Amino acid sequence: MRQNLDVIAAYLIMLGLIILVGFLQSWSIALSILCFCLISAVMTMGANIQWGYAGLINFGIMGYTALGGLAAVLVSVPPVKEAWQVGGLSMIFCAFLIAFMVFSIRFILKKYNKSNKRNYGIALVIIVGLILLRLISGPAIHSIEAVNPATTGFLGGMGLPILFSWIVGAFFAGALAYVIGKIALGLRADYLAIATLLISEIVIAVIKHEDWLSRGVKNVIGLKRPVPYEIDLQTKEWFINLVAKFNQSTLNLITDVMAREQMLKQLVIEGSTVFVKLCFVGLFSIVVIILLIITQKALYSPWGRMMRAIRDNEEAANAMGKNVVKQHLLIFVLGSAIVGIAGAMMVTYDGLFTPGSYRPMRYTFLIWVMVIVGGSGNNFGAVLGGFAVWFLWIEAAPIALFLINLFTSGLEETNVLRVHLIESIPYFRFLMMGIGLLLIMRYRPKGILPEKIKHV
Amino acid sequence: MEIINAIVLLLNYIFVPALSYGSQLALGAIFVSLIYGILRFAYFTAGDLMSFGTMFTILFTWYFQSLGINLGVLPTALIAIPFGITVTIFYVLIKDKLVFSYYRFKKSPPVQLAMVSIGTMFVTQAIVRIVIGPFDRRFFDGEKFILKANEFKEMTGLNEGLTIKSTQVITLLVTIIVVSILFWFLNKTKTGKSMRAYSDNEDLALLSGIDPKKVVMITWVIAAILATVGGTLYGLDKSFKPFTYFNNMLPIFAAAIVGGIGNPFGAFLGGYVIAFSEILVTYAYRKFFIYLLPESIEPDSLLQLLSTDYKFAVSFSILVVVLLFRPSGIFKGKVL
Repeated sequence: MRQNLDVIAAYLIMLGLIILVGFLQSWSIALSILCFCLISAVMTMGANIQWGYAGLINFGIMGYTALGGLAAVLVSVPPVKEAWQVGGLSMIFCAFLIAFMVFSIRFILKKYNKSNKRNYGIALVIIVGLILLRLISGPAIHSIEAVNPATTGFLGGMGLPILFSWIVGAFFAGALAYVIGKIALGLRADYLAIATLLISEIVIAVIKHEDWLSRGVKNVIGLKRPVPYEIDLQTKEWFINLVAKFNQSTLNLITDVMAREQMLKQLVIEGSTVFVKLCFVGLFSIVVIILLIITQKALYSPWGRMMRAIRDNEEAANAMGKNVVKQHLLIFVLGSAIVGIAGAMMVTYDGLFTPGSYRPMRYTFLIWVMVIVGGSGNNFGAVLGGFAVWFLWIEAAPIALFLINLFTSGLEETNVLRVHLIESIPYFRFLMMGIGLLLIMRYRPKGILPEKIKHV
Repeated sequence: MEIINAIVLLLNYIFVPALSYGSQLALGAIFVSLIYGILRFAYFTAGDLMSFGTMFTILFTWYFQSLGINLGVLPTALIAIPFGITVTIFYVLIKDKLVFSYYRFKKSPPVQLAMVSIGTMFVTQAIVRIVIGPFDRRFFDGEKFILKANEFKEMTGLNEGLTIKSTQVITLLVTIIVVSILFWFLNKTKTGKSMRAYSDNEDLALLSGIDPKKVVMITWVIAAILATVGGTLYGLDKSFKPFTYFNNMLPIFAAAIVGGIGNPFGAFLGGYVIAFSEILVTYAYRKFFIYLLPESIEPDSLLQLLSTDYKFAVSFSILVVVLLFRPSGIFKGKVL
């Protein structure tokens, strides 16, 4: 208990801050911050597994997040039958063609020794394959995108409940990570960082511009929620009764029947948004808690010890007979899969998929700030980092406004400098993030909650 | 005649734009490469340092314009560049003093320095956006074209026009001047040689009495100069928007790595490799082949290898291929 005092204290402070937002601003804002905190926490856990456990730098978090989001679309949207009729077969054939290409290249790599002949063979397979792909998919894509482009124009998904996408998203992201890991994990740390950053940009480019798959920049909106809709709730008897029960004291103060009805209606509308967000908080908390238990068990298992050994001294671990390459690949896939879950969760919460909004600043670098600030190698630290940094990211604007008003209080309301500063409030969050990161790296390089290694 | 038309077409749409874009990338790639070679970390602030320098150049340009100072046909920004450079040099030196020097003395691993540079990236980005805002800014003035398409058609009697913007020529000239001075400095002067020695082997260089503080300072100064010049040229040619500059960090890194990171000359060529491949792969060759082939077999598709949406993806794929097969870059040579 005593050794975990700092963890408990840090989490209590964080909880207190969110409750403070609830009292000062509104409960709806506080809960949506909490939801995104939980999503960020999942992302940081993924990044923390890679960086904290194994020392791998993955700057491709944005790519996995987007893939998770894509999974949410592909799972939950009902299939567009017309599009499948006009182009479905060709696209399936293309998928088989790609698989065939991959297997034939692997076959060539295995069967023949390293030679010019082998390189030419691989090049031939790739070129012929690409030309065939282009010839087959071109017309199919054209006709798919022509199907009712204002509302669909893509193949659609499977029409399953969106919760499945959390698992599918993990598999998508994991599969991508497997490919990237096979290619890039041999690189030195900083090269790996740059390579993953660039690959994630490629992933985003593909999702953005392959309209037949994801509707691209036209966005997919109105994804089905796993929790009730506000409108439905507002007409439900039990919910109105519930709200009335909670607010009995306020309602009893109003004597006029009409005014009381009006007040109740208002409360029900407010209550419904809060209720929906509470449902999301519940769902997300389940994911976070399950992941925390698993990662915590893994960290203190023999496997976790091995990972730390590999991280701290790769050569020594190798000499002890640990397969460093294999373990790196495994952890790369696992961490990315967790980030994929977070991506699917985020799209589930928003109810829409906007490929244009995936930017490295928000989805890669901010997550890294969370991991570093929270404490790499410590799962509770990573989760806390997700909470604290996201909280600051959202609440930076009100804080900046307060500070600007404080420091420029001597100036007039219409002073050019003051007006300019107030207009640029949204950008102060970058400043706070940067300074926060620099201060933590300088004075507490292990993060708020540093890694604790139990020695038995 | 047909063949000349086809060549002019390629010149107009591929060669000239790629050459100017490549120069802008090359300037960025050189300083990323230098920082990698001497300070030994991946400098993620690269794109934002360029926007920082450009921002001050723009502010000085506006100031000069309000005073009525201009260069006639040339853009006013050219007078403002030295002032922008001065501010940027101060900024990077202060940043080094406050932030980076601490980790250098502690001999932190490169990864930690890269993380720190992400912190400074956030800060620099915030400063730029707070001072000038996130919007598109054009600050070009003076004569826009050196050669207009119509004039060229009249002059030569060809079907295809060739447009040369003055910014493209300025970019090329300034790049040639800056890069030749830089390579002269690195190869011929004593300070430049000491920088190369420091990059090759830090301990040996220290033993032979090279002052590390001076080497580091000069590196930052060169970085600030190249960032400001490259950023301003890019802004003159296209337009200034902080977000685009941040994104330019990616092709710049690609260029630096393709050229062999730590090797400035490789980075210089890498800039052009990236620019040319981006434009070559995404150009629609239909018109080109219409000129070359007889009418009977004229193509009816666009003959575009990849849509322009994948412009970035092309350079990154090249990078991935290079990383796979030649992790030390195409132009390996000696380091620095």
